[in-house]
Amino acid sequence: MTGLEAKIPEGPLENKWESHKFSVRLVNPANKRKLRVIIVGTGLAGASAAASLGELGYQVDVFTFHDTPRRAHSIAAQGGINAAKNYHNDGDSVRRLFYDTIKGGDYRSREANVYRLAEVSLNIIDQATAQGVPFAREYGGLLDNRSFGGAQVARTFYARGQTGQQLLLGAYQALMRQVKTRTVRLHTRVEMLDLVVKDGRAIGIVTRDLVKGEIARHSAHAVVLATGGYANVFFLSTNAKASNTTAIWRAHRRGAALANPCFTQIHPTCIPASDEFQSKLTLMSESLRNDGRIWVPKNPGDDRPPEQIPEIDRDYYLERRYPAFGNLVARDIASRAAKRVVDAGLGVGPLKNGVYLDFADATTRLGRRTIEERYDNLFEMYNRITDEDPYLVPMRIYPAPHYTMGGLWVDYNLMTTIPGLYAIGEANFSDHGANRLGASALMQGLADGYFVLPYTIGDYLAGLLNEPPVPTDDPAFGPVEDEVGDRVRGYLATGGSRTVDWFHRELGKIMLDHCGMSRSAQGLEKALSDIPALYEEFKTDLRVLGTGEELNQALERAGRVDDFFELAMLMCVDAREREESCGGHFREEYQTEDGEALRDDVGFAHVSAWEWTGDAARPEVQNEDLVFENVALTTRSYK
Amino acid sequence: MNVTLQVWRQKGPGSPGAFKTYQVDAISAEMSFLEMLDVLNERLVNQGEDPVAFDHDCREGICGSCGVMINGRAHGPQPGTATCQLHMRRFPDGSTIVVEPWRAAGFPLVKDLVVDRSAFDRIIEAGGYISVDTGSAPDANLIPVPKTVADTAFDAAACIGCGACVAACPNGAASLFTAAKIGHLNLLPQGHAERWSRTERMVGVMEHYFGSCTNHGECEKACPKEISIDFIAMMNADFLRAKLANRRLAAQYR
Repeated sequence: MTGLEAKIPEGPLENKWESHKFSVRLVNPANKRKLRVIIVGTGLAGASAAASLGELGYQVDVFTFHDTPRRAHSIAAQGGINAAKNYHNDGDSVRRLFYDTIKGGDYRSREANVYRLAEVSLNIIDQATAQGVPFAREYGGLLDNRSFGGAQVARTFYARGQTGQQLLLGAYQALMRQVKTRTVRLHTRVEMLDLVVKDGRAIGIVTRDLVKGEIARHSAHAVVLATGGYANVFFLSTNAKASNTTAIWRAHRRGAALANPCFTQIHPTCIPASDEFQSKLTLMSESLRNDGRIWVPKNPGDDRPPEQIPEIDRDYYLERRYPAFGNLVARDIASRAAKRVVDAGLGVGPLKNGVYLDFADATTRLGRRTIEERYDNLFEMYNRITDEDPYLVPMRIYPAPHYTMGGLWVDYNLMTTIPGLYAIGEANFSDHGANRLGASALMQGLADGYFVLPYTIGDYLAGLLNEPPVPTDDPAFGPVEDEVGDRVRGYLATGGSRTVDWFHRELGKIMLDHCGMSRSAQGLEKALSDIPALYEEFKTDLRVLGTGEELNQALERAGRVDDFFELAMLMCVDAREREESCGGHFREEYQTEDGEALRDDVGFAHVSAWEWTGDAARPEVQNEDLVFENVALTTRSYK
Repeated sequence: MNVTLQVWRQKGPGSPGAFKTYQVDAISAEMSFLEMLDVLNERLVNQGEDPVAFDHDCREGICGSCGVMINGRAHGPQPGTATCQLHMRRFPDGSTIVVEPWRAAGFPLVKDLVVDRSAFDRIIEAGGYISVDTGSAPDANLIPVPKTVADTAFDAAACIGCGACVAACPNGAASLFTAAKIGHLNLLPQGHAERWSRTERMVGVMEHYFGSCTNHGECEKACPKEISIDFIAMMNADFLRAKLANRRLAAQYR
């Protein structure tokens, strides 16, 4: 394995990005026209990168498996986007946003990357506003902010409960402007199924046209993966149905290291599953915790309707255990606390799988009108899904897999361990450590796409002047295309008895039970014996009907679930090796007497970067030590 | 509960299509409409029959992927609700439900319930943006926007691009979709520089792919985001003014 070189610039934290921007090589405009870049994915990171690189004059090919770039799952982000604007004079600064993000990530991310993220957060808000993103405004016409997820300053910009939608549409529109000027070629309903590497460099991808089934080769000077996270490994998650790991997993198999795969985030406020056919879970914005009070009955088996349970028989467990932060504790802590009470038999609802989020007190204190102004669209959404009116009865919520902090290992330039292959947005591991703060995902996706990659990729491309892209009839493409074709035909030829979804659901159950909110060596060992067994069955007993030469949605899913199986094993190995509790990774063996996470900064203040060895259960690891020069490692306390 | 489905099945644009009847028994009223289709598909595969193709993704009513005609109505019976957010409790036990793809000349059929909506991308690329290169933006608070203007622009910007407006329109017009984007951008001060060129170009491309609006108002009723047809009136007014403005010296036009 090649050594991990994070390439963090020298100098004081505040100057690193500035001096790095000066030291990277530039490409002159006439040369940019000759350089080709492939971008896979059109969410916030992919669309913003494609638009920005197109504006700079590069030849960009952008790929999405959706029918249009605007469908990418960034669109579903509700709450907001952080930026250290300090428009409210409440003490915010780049340094504070940096500090909050490092601390929130439980000290498992790189100082230099996070500081840069906080710096460019300012530019993102300017850029989006200029594009016409309709952020919430105050009566004076200036931008409004709210505090979010327990932050002590109001730094979250928002567009009702649809911030992700509006930011994505801004990036999508910028992208379409470039498509019109032909700097960007758009490929819709085309899925990347493998990466092509030649002489150690990423030179292209192999794709499948989802309508015609055609398998094709594409070459470029650099390849950028902006393909999002892998929370659908759990089957039930808040991710869109098609979100998957295939692009990053295939890159991993071709030599890209995958970092901290076990760092997954479980979002505390989702609507609990209603039956076994549940296809996905819906998130309710975290902002609800600003006014809602979370509780369960004190006594197991208390079947009274919530309004008939008197105060004395209710346990407001977050307020009780964490008096300082109460219902606003960090996501991982709120999630585990909910799991604990439900596991203790105190769950509410028909399946006893939720906890109450109650607005009765807030309604009395603030009046129904204020509650309506703040949350009406969320209450309506809840009502539509559950047929219950949260103005009258408390909501029921339960944690669900939501975001994956792990991803492809990248250096400061966002390049993976394969030269010429970049990973941006949720697809990389870089900025959130072991836990992501609310309203930071949108910030990171857009930071990478608008303001980081356009600088750093130039440095690599500047070394390829006067070299045309490797032609697609190069021998390097042939075997990869054959492999992709064999894989597609293999699913169709298996001829077994079980559907893809059946396997996916079963895999999800194993992962939720053993590699979800709470993990143990014993449970992970069990998962590592159950997953390969199920995977064997998948290979022999899968049934996919139809052909590969048409729109075949089950066939698409088969490939994605296949890759989830291998990723799942790596996640369990990573979780087993990380013998500490930090952020979203909670190991039962490592907790304090009162059940709080016990971090081990001596043994585990590092990034675990895994390399594919050919055997999914026996990957090799290399550690990147995390050096903290600007913050002191403390224990997070919300008490 | 039990339902009978009549689903439009069609292999591809060149093959003939037909309704096929499926009995879907023992489903839960708590399921979403798409989860009911998931169950149908699992059962079809188990019986060795090709599953029904339908577009869907986020299942939270925001990505705009899903959308079928349900008993002749785009996105089904519940107002302001995309197909993925529609639940089976909205249908009486034992009902017969007719499921068809969007029917509009601007949306050619791909397979079963899946149609090609890429004409919407063509409309956006004609001018559905504000031309601002990355890095060139001034501080966000340099441009105050009255709250009422920002709120109205948002009402238009809420469009999810699902195509229900086109499917519901007797003329297969895309006026509500186009007007929503024009309204969003033309209302904001940031969008004023390109107001007239944007309007003329987007309307031009819209008319190339889609029918003409004759004010039926079906689009507004079908819209899962309940976008008002007032925006169509605003688009028409801007289009008229654009015809004048773009033909004079733009810089001199007030």
